[in-house]
Amino acid sequence: MTTVTLDKAAPTRKVKYGSMSRDRTWALRWSYLFLVIFAIFSLTPPVYMLITSLKSSAEISAATNPWWVFHPTIDNYLGLLTSNQFLRFFWNSAMVSVFVVTITMLISVPAAFALARMRFWGSTVLATGVFLTYLIPETLLFIPLFKMFAVIGDFTGIQLINKWYVLLILYPTLTVPFCTWIMIGYFASIPKELDEAAIIDGASWFQTLTRIFIPVALPGLIAATIFAFTVSWAQFLYPLVFTTSTDQLVMPVGIITTLIKGDVFNWGQIMTGALLGAAPPLIIYAFLMDYYIAGLTAGATKG
Amino acid sequence: MVDVALQSSQAAVRTARKQSSLRNLLNRKSTIAFLMALPLILLIATLVIYPAFYAIHLATLNKSMARFVGLGNFEFLFKRETFWLVVKQSCIFAITAVVFKALIGFIVAHFVHNIPAKGQRKWRGMLLVPWVIPPAMSTLAWLWLFDPSYSAFNYTLGLFGAGPIPWTGDANWARFSVILVNIWVGAPFFMIMYLAALKSVPDQLYEAAAIDGANWWQRIWYVTLPMMRNIIAITTLFSLIVTFANFDIVRILTAGGPLDHTHIFATWAFRVGIEGSDIPLGASVSLFMVPILAVAAIFILRDISKRGNEA
Amino acid sequence: MAEVSLRKVVKRYDEVEAVRGIDLDIADHEFVVLVGPSGCGKSTTLRMIAGLEDISDGDIMIGGDVVNDVPPKDRDIAMVFQNYALYPHMTVAENMSFGLRLKKYPKAEIKSRVDEAARMLDISELIDRKPKQLSGGQRQRVAMGRAIVRNPKVFLFDEPLSNLDAKLRVQMRIEIKKVHQKVRTTTVYVTHDQVEAMTLADRVVVMNHGRIEQIGTPNELYHNPATRFVASFIGSPAMNFIPCQLEDAAGKLQVRLTDKLAFPLPPARAARYQKVSRTDKLLLGIRPEHITEASAHAEEAGVENFDTVLDVTEPMGMETLIYFPLQGAQVCGRVNPNAGARDGAPLRLAVDLNNMHLLNEVTGAVL
Repeated sequence: MTTVTLDKAAPTRKVKYGSMSRDRTWALRWSYLFLVIFAIFSLTPPVYMLITSLKSSAEISAATNPWWVFHPTIDNYLGLLTSNQFLRFFWNSAMVSVFVVTITMLISVPAAFALARMRFWGSTVLATGVFLTYLIPETLLFIPLFKMFAVIGDFTGIQLINKWYVLLILYPTLTVPFCTWIMIGYFASIPKELDEAAIIDGASWFQTLTRIFIPVALPGLIAATIFAFTVSWAQFLYPLVFTTSTDQLVMPVGIITTLIKGDVFNWGQIMTGALLGAAPPLIIYAFLMDYYIAGLTAGATKG
Repeated sequence: MVDVALQSSQAAVRTARKQSSLRNLLNRKSTIAFLMALPLILLIATLVIYPAFYAIHLATLNKSMARFVGLGNFEFLFKRETFWLVVKQSCIFAITAVVFKALIGFIVAHFVHNIPAKGQRKWRGMLLVPWVIPPAMSTLAWLWLFDPSYSAFNYTLGLFGAGPIPWTGDANWARFSVILVNIWVGAPFFMIMYLAALKSVPDQLYEAAAIDGANWWQRIWYVTLPMMRNIIAITTLFSLIVTFANFDIVRILTAGGPLDHTHIFATWAFRVGIEGSDIPLGASVSLFMVPILAVAAIFILRDISKRGNEA
Repeated sequence: MAEVSLRKVVKRYDEVEAVRGIDLDIADHEFVVLVGPSGCGKSTTLRMIAGLEDISDGDIMIGGDVVNDVPPKDRDIAMVFQNYALYPHMTVAENMSFGLRLKKYPKAEIKSRVDEAARMLDISELIDRKPKQLSGGQRQRVAMGRAIVRNPKVFLFDEPLSNLDAKLRVQMRIEIKKVHQKVRTTTVYVTHDQVEAMTLADRVVVMNHGRIEQIGTPNELYHNPATRFVASFIGSPAMNFIPCQLEDAAGKLQVRLTDKLAFPLPPARAARYQKVSRTDKLLLGIRPEHITEASAHAEEAGVENFDTVLDVTEPMGMETLIYFPLQGAQVCGRVNPNAGARDGAPLRLAVDLNNMHLLNEVTGAVL
């Protein structure tokens, strides 16, 4: 039986063998061609940001070839980096992001440890709840939250709306569930014997967390930190709703509300601002790409 | 092992003799664990669950929030033409964008997977850039690329004698534009997820399929897709939620225009709730996102628990 | 250093009793091995001694103190895990000294203890490496070193060799024995491998279904098993069990296997089995080494010859294992490689009844 099929296949086999490597080369060529096309598609907007940011207003309004800089200038950068207002946005963004990352880690790491290892009444429900919370988008909650904070302001006199620090309360709702979720995954992948060994060595639960779990799950912790930072840095809806005074704005909202003045679009400055606003996440990504991607895929591959 | 710990606590409860050990156990483990998770519980309860229910309460009030109107806001919405435009546009936007993101992500992931391993990192790094840039910032670049008078795209089309295209000025072109930008932002996420999934398919399976005489298309159909089914499902559902609830792109690119034709639930809720100061109506609009989110969430949870069982 | 005692220790998981009332006294300096098939409760017992599992009932004493509610760190024990459980982010030295550092020992003492343990285990040159850079055997040594530096009252080993390959396992077995000879710390060692149990233990505790089947020295267990389980679990290849009956023939006791085959019992055995009912269903228990080729024996007392046809033979080099059917049982014997044993060939065999056992088929008790 087998010999028969082999005989049948034999004449075509030879041709196929010859074409196998040729197929492979062509597949590779096609792959590269399409990858180049997709890379151009991916990189056009950021590259165009850079091109425009190097142009003067005069060159932009002259409507010369938009894809080329004829008279490069760094005036846009100088203008923004010496503007107190813009530096204020940057400072607000940096402060909010750093605080939010800290708050997120302080909440989610102990919680993830408790959920992954210690188990208590309702802990499995809570673990699922954490994941569900991550699926609730901010666009569903901004109106009731806005009203809630207005009511709190009316009743207690604590004005949270239009203060940058209101974002420290709001952003953790976006960062904590996901960070807790991926930390649960990382912690759960640590063998049970490791904490038993630590307990026998005389470590308390807290020492087990700080001296064993956190160092061992450091890659996960870095991925979670990167996630928390990029989310806080990029968040647009909450600051748009909750802050209005120019001295309270963070980067994304600041650039959009102050650089776009009525109908006058100073595109050179807007693109410079956008590029500077995109820079911190891009720089982190450039240096910590593997952690960034680990965090990205962890949501669906862990747990 | 963890279940064992849980069960041991229950066993201790039943054994009356072990009263002291029960107290110890509470002192040692469950209480500490609960305290460690308490900030998380409080955060979720006060800033996610409470506002979610508060939104339902708000949706039943009149504009000045002084009077209970029941389903009045919803009746009002159903009568407005703009609302139905928003429903239609939200669905078109989310479904089209997700389908194309998934397709492009799949294709690009395959191409990246195809090329020699040492070059993959570089390409992956470049192709993920759209996902890394804050969407508010990158949408500004697109806004500038789509600019009515200085559009770089129209300039390029003009070189070939085509255009100019009213990217954000015409209702249908504006719809196309917001979807395009959304695909641009979201496709890399699919690409990365699929790439991770592709890498997890053992090479032996492809070799076995090749020996069985499968061509590349059959290999994708019978080996790759079934192996990736779980990841594809979860990624798609995730993306459906995020896309459906999108705000940044539409807000910055068109702000819902022209003539409310590109509004989706989130941007319209912002328009009527915050800009129009009609918080109850805004809350009602945003609540329309709940059903589709709930359905997607249920499917994701089912998938995740299924995988848990397999493991 | 201390003795360890278990008094009617019970472990329940919901409705399942994993350990059903164990009594065990382990003397100071003693090396005790808990052995049994997976799920027999041996690991649970060890983890209860360690304090990693709460006990549902009974008492555990270490050095005379009841430690039921004492947390693991205060029991002064050290444990070696199956997967080593080395802290991956710490060097070998840090791994070994972690417990001492937590207890705030002076630096100089930590160093001298780590150095000494490293020297004893021959890992001095690995002291600054991370676990990832070590081989399985080296990791095992580090795990033991971590236990030694603590100088605890009791060592607990949870299947420490099962992740190693066969050759390394033999080597580490000897290593563990040497270490115990040097430090003389009371040791409880869990394994499913009866060879490990036999070679390491001062006393072996055979467990099955959450109960202790038998406690004894390796030789006691091998030669005088108390139950069918112990008889079949200890020894490889396992003891043969052949259905049989006792009968009186001309005033002498004999064991009848088939209509044609019956062996008269040697006097010592005959006296021992005199009171056993002649109608009970019995099993003749005989180890493979007591079934040999007949030519090896000159007329010895208690050795009986019989003829059979072999099913399968397994040449092992120094001996050949033979298999043949008898009364529905597959019987194994060990013959000299030159005895002419071939698959399907007839062979005259001798059975040494001086080393036989008689078991009750229903209760499994050795009579």
